[in-house]
Amino acid sequence: MDRKQKPKLAVWKFSSCDGCQLSLLDCEDELLAVAGEVEIANFPEASRAVVKGPYDLSLVEGSITTPHDEERIHHVRRVSKYLVTIGACATAGGIQALRNFKDVKQFISIVYATPKYIETLNKSTPIADHVFVDFELRGCPINKHQLVEVISAFLQRRKPNTPAHSVCVECKLRGNVCVMVAHGTPCLGPVTHAGCGAICPSYNRGCYGCFGPQETPNTLALSMRWSELGASRQDILRTFRSFNAYAEPFRKESESYES
Amino acid sequence: MLSHSVKRVSRMKARTIKTDYLARVEGEGALYVKIKDAKVENVKLKIFEPPRFFEALLRGRAFSEAPDITARICGICPVAYQMSAVHAMEHALGVTVDGQLRALRRLLYCGEWIESHVLHVFMLHAPDFLGYPDVVRMAQDHPDIVQRALQLKKAGNAIVAFLGGREIHPVNVRVGGFYKVPAKQEFAQLAEKLKWGRDAALETVRWTAQLPFPDFEQDYEFIALRHPAEYPFNEGRLVSNKGLDIAVQEYEDHFEEQHVSYSNALHSVLKERGAYFVGPLARYNLNFDRLSPLAQEAARAAGLSPLCRNPFQSIIVRSVEVLYAFDEALRIIEQYERPEHPAIELQPRASTGYAITEAPRGILYHRYQLDDEGLILDAKIIPPTSQNQKTIENDLRHYVEQAIDLPDDQLTWQCEQAIRNYDPCISCATHFLKLHIERK
Repeated sequence: MDRKQKPKLAVWKFSSCDGCQLSLLDCEDELLAVAGEVEIANFPEASRAVVKGPYDLSLVEGSITTPHDEERIHHVRRVSKYLVTIGACATAGGIQALRNFKDVKQFISIVYATPKYIETLNKSTPIADHVFVDFELRGCPINKHQLVEVISAFLQRRKPNTPAHSVCVECKLRGNVCVMVAHGTPCLGPVTHAGCGAICPSYNRGCYGCFGPQETPNTLALSMRWSELGASRQDILRTFRSFNAYAEPFRKESESYES
Repeated sequence: MLSHSVKRVSRMKARTIKTDYLARVEGEGALYVKIKDAKVENVKLKIFEPPRFFEALLRGRAFSEAPDITARICGICPVAYQMSAVHAMEHALGVTVDGQLRALRRLLYCGEWIESHVLHVFMLHAPDFLGYPDVVRMAQDHPDIVQRALQLKKAGNAIVAFLGGREIHPVNVRVGGFYKVPAKQEFAQLAEKLKWGRDAALETVRWTAQLPFPDFEQDYEFIALRHPAEYPFNEGRLVSNKGLDIAVQEYEDHFEEQHVSYSNALHSVLKERGAYFVGPLARYNLNFDRLSPLAQEAARAAGLSPLCRNPFQSIIVRSVEVLYAFDEALRIIEQYERPEHPAIELQPRASTGYAITEAPRGILYHRYQLDDEGLILDAKIIPPTSQNQKTIENDLRHYVEQAIDLPDDQLTWQCEQAIRNYDPCISCATHFLKLHIERK
């Protein structure tokens, strides 16, 4: 038995919906193969057995929103050789980062009868704002094939092959008719990071940016085109302000539409 | 991370058993049980999943955004959130989606029930019955069963991915219908997978029925939707085995949420009678006669009566619902004709809409108040796990007293199993688990 030789994989959760770590369990065809290559050492959603660190690869899901988690992420970094963040919450703060644009106290009182029981930070922030991150995998949720690619790459000590171009390129590769050009449907594809496989345009819908901004996105040109197609300032603001609202290019673009 | 630590305060008379980080549940939570002189003094189910304030962040968003935003409350049951959201919005806007579009929504829900239930039955719950920490270690001794489970789960996911574009947070659902509807012939490949799935689901019912079950029954109030003709997904009246029979919009007149100091999840209770029970067991007990003949027959053959009060047997009931979902999915596909339009026209108006749908874990309530442009003024979302919390605490109280002579490590594990009977989804409940047992 060379069990001890296997690299140790840990999965950590912060503020999130659990969807990104579920992607690992959704790899029905690859799960047992992955489990054959690594020791699943700490994955509470899947196992009650916890193997002590340090860990060779940590996958981190979720954003930092509580004083306790602000401390805990440093522990995770200390026990991890490589730390990879997975999903929009971990890489950009997630949908819960909408609080960053408002007063969180007001948010607490809308939801909870006794606000003093609730401990929370004013902002929901990505993991990289707190500790060094070795690689960020985008998406809300992440693409499970990209997740398998990232795990394989780290096991083989190579760079993951996850293209940073826009959703437009994936749309062309898929042979879709452009929903914006052909149907006048507002689409975030030109500024959104690839990885989903251009799902929304394939379903006759404009991309809603769940993979966050691509490298150097021209958000201004896109929102001007949206205006021409009839989108209101409020529509544009809301569009940039969703699952990756706190990613810098999307944040700045939305702020320019605050009246 | 501390896990399953057991601390004896003094031999047998006083002890604390705690699990600081409850595993194989979706989200984060802990359980604390305090035992004194062989009596349970206190049970607290703590949810420390950080609050995400969905009801607050929905204010000012367009009605059309609610299905995609609320899906992000839970990666395990996003379709449930999308379904409650679209039905509440359509109620607000005074429209009804019917015919094939309605059937496609049931089909999508079948996919989510299969995916979510199979995940729980085999990956989260079965290892408890067989004494494994997780499914990967279970797979070493039971490779064929785990392989079948993975393929069953994949078949459920195939429905969601086909209709919705992807398994988690599907993109094709909208208020009024869908963005794109498939042609009938596109279902051919999926139907073949589902026929295999229906047979495998029948095997699963038989397999779960022979698991060892503790003798544990309680006098629960079960609550679920009931529809005149169908096993419930999206519609019906809210009924119980103790006389509740109300329209969906009367929900808040009969239930209230309580905020307790030790949990980030609100506890929902019946104003008149307190704790209640939602989910597969409740649906099954209140709707046995609405299951397909195949599912009814399989349940009977598995030794389940039409009224089951043992929450540990919920694993069999989930398997029966998986079988039903495959059967229903195939029925829908067989009768499918592509609708002329993928969605119906909508006109925003100032109004309030209500909906309850049956998420895999039980009823999911949404209420939205809209302004005349269709922007959300106020939102209320009550997920199934927050409704089951009090019943889980009650179960633990009774179960620990019944099993009090067990050594701490076994008792801890069995408490975890008792919690997992409910397939609690903690991410949902905070919009939940750790285990502490203290013996004194």
